[in-house]
Amino acid sequence: MLEIKNLYANYGAIEALHGVSLYVDQGEMVALLGANGAGKSTTLMSIMRLPPPEAPLIKQGSIFFNQVNLLNVPPHVVVAEHGIALVPEGRRIFGNLTVFENLTIATYARKDKNQIALDYDAVFDLFPRLNDRKKQRADTLSGGEQQMLAMGRAFMCGASFILLDEPSMGLAPFLMQELFKALKQLNENGVTIFVVEQNANIALKYAHRAYVMETGRIVLEGKSHELVNNPEIRKAYLGA
Amino acid sequence: MDSQILIQNFLNALQWGSFYALIALGYTLVYGVLLLINFAHGDIFMVGAYLGFFFAIVLTGNSLIHLPLWIVFIMTVVLSMIATSFVGVTLERVAYRPLRRKGTNRLYVVITALMCGLILENGNLAVFGASRRSFPELIEKTIYSFGGITISNIKIMVIVTAFVAFIVLEMIIRKTRIGMAMRAISYDRVAVPLMGIPVDRIIVFTFVLGSSMAALAGVLFVTAYPVLEPYMGATIGWKAFIAAVVGGIGEIRGAFVGGFLLGFIEIFVAAFFPSTLRDLIAFSVLLVLLSVKPTGLFGFSRSTKI
Ligand SMILES: Nc1ncnc2c1ncn2[C@@H]1O[C@H](COP(=O)(O)OP(=O)(O)OP(=O)(O)O)[C@@H](O)[C@H]1O
Ligand SMILES: [Mg+2]
Repeated sequence: MLEIKNLYANYGAIEALHGVSLYVDQGEMVALLGANGAGKSTTLMSIMRLPPPEAPLIKQGSIFFNQVNLLNVPPHVVVAEHGIALVPEGRRIFGNLTVFENLTIATYARKDKNQIALDYDAVFDLFPRLNDRKKQRADTLSGGEQQMLAMGRAFMCGASFILLDEPSMGLAPFLMQELFKALKQLNENGVTIFVVEQNANIALKYAHRAYVMETGRIVLEGKSHELVNNPEIRKAYLGA
Repeated sequence: MDSQILIQNFLNALQWGSFYALIALGYTLVYGVLLLINFAHGDIFMVGAYLGFFFAIVLTGNSLIHLPLWIVFIMTVVLSMIATSFVGVTLERVAYRPLRRKGTNRLYVVITALMCGLILENGNLAVFGASRRSFPELIEKTIYSFGGITISNIKIMVIVTAFVAFIVLEMIIRKTRIGMAMRAISYDRVAVPLMGIPVDRIIVFTFVLGSSMAALAGVLFVTAYPVLEPYMGATIGWKAFIAAVVGGIGEIRGAFVGGFLLGFIEIFVAAFFPSTLRDLIAFSVLLVLLSVKPTGLFGFSRSTKI
């Protein structure tokens, strides 16, 4: 479904990715692990090319999604026509809109009215708390609720493939579990998921496969249950 | 002041407030979305009036079509709104967007806007000359009087139109996805494309709304005061801008209320003081208001203002 090959990306003079290759198949839930500054966000931002300085410049390599090269596709088209949604680092919900408006705005490019109605229901099923806070301004939500909203919003884009950048950041452990359970649920309902995480424990618990990144390179990859038992991973990322 | 004069002034203030409010809406819409003070907007009002003049002449001055004048009036308004939108969008495409693409400091964009205004004024001067033109009478003026208070059909139309336009705008901004997108851009422009929304198209739509409100104000203005001259947008544009700031720029309710507030202050100052003092006192009052509440009546502080 998604195939990144030999990707080099830089911010001005700083080269952030030095030849990253990875793939995500339809129906999978895949994690991308790594420490601060490893280049995880850069990898996501290469798929969804926001205007600089947010997004890196791609020097070399390719990003194919269902056989289409995404390198020169603007972000709103990636979302609207290719069905990829991004839950960005720091959530970036629209604080001046209500919870419901945040979900509605994500349907901007959609015309499938009936499916949109079903999708609202699905989001409120997954996150009943959002239903209780529908009319509230989104900047009054707690951090966990904002993350739920960011995920719900990505789903409302009509996406079949959702990218997430550190969804667990700043959340209490039980909330992380709740969010990853929701992700898993989405995944079981057919949404392909590619999630960037620093918290390897939780990511490996829920993902099918994972990649490990260090200073702009993929250094390890494998099935989650294999990586959990890998002594290097245990030492570096699982605090064992 | 007896109550008759009071009510009479009140009605006049409502009419002037309507002009200011309609123009102020355009300033505030563009600022809300782009954080850009579009100083060409007063001249967009002037362009709207001139385009209205052009369409009115074409529609009345030929022998091929004979339309009832009220239909001519409505067509004039609509055509002028459409054509003026093209002018507003052209400014955005030709002048503002390239600067935005390059990530230019907003100060330069504001100066560009000022220059665009001057180009519109002087372009008009070059094409039509400095002579004043009078707008044809499309609506026969009828004056109603009740117990010493008079009001014309035109005044009523101006006031009603301003309120209807405001309600329509408010509905678009509050209820539609495109309106939500406009508000979202003002909060976090970078995240908007992640919702599948083409930001440039929303910006163009914003200029269409603002320019068509200015054109509406322009045609109504020359219907009430049928004189056109190239600099007609300058003073009224500045005043409407100040009205938008006093109301809280970026907030469309603020622009509306600010416009009427300015109308009221002007008319009532003129009722008590010699007319040469009108603007001096009016702006002093507004200055005091702003020093008490710098973000304007409906505004809130933003991290970035120009
Ligand atoms: N906008 C930018 N401009 C310049 N350099 C950047 C920019 N964004 C990231 N970098 C640099 O690129 C490298 C990779 O950053 P990236 O944000 O991809 O890391 P990350 O793995 O997401 O880290 P974290 O876990 O802290 O979010 C870092 O060295 C970082 O300093
Ligand atoms: Mg990151």
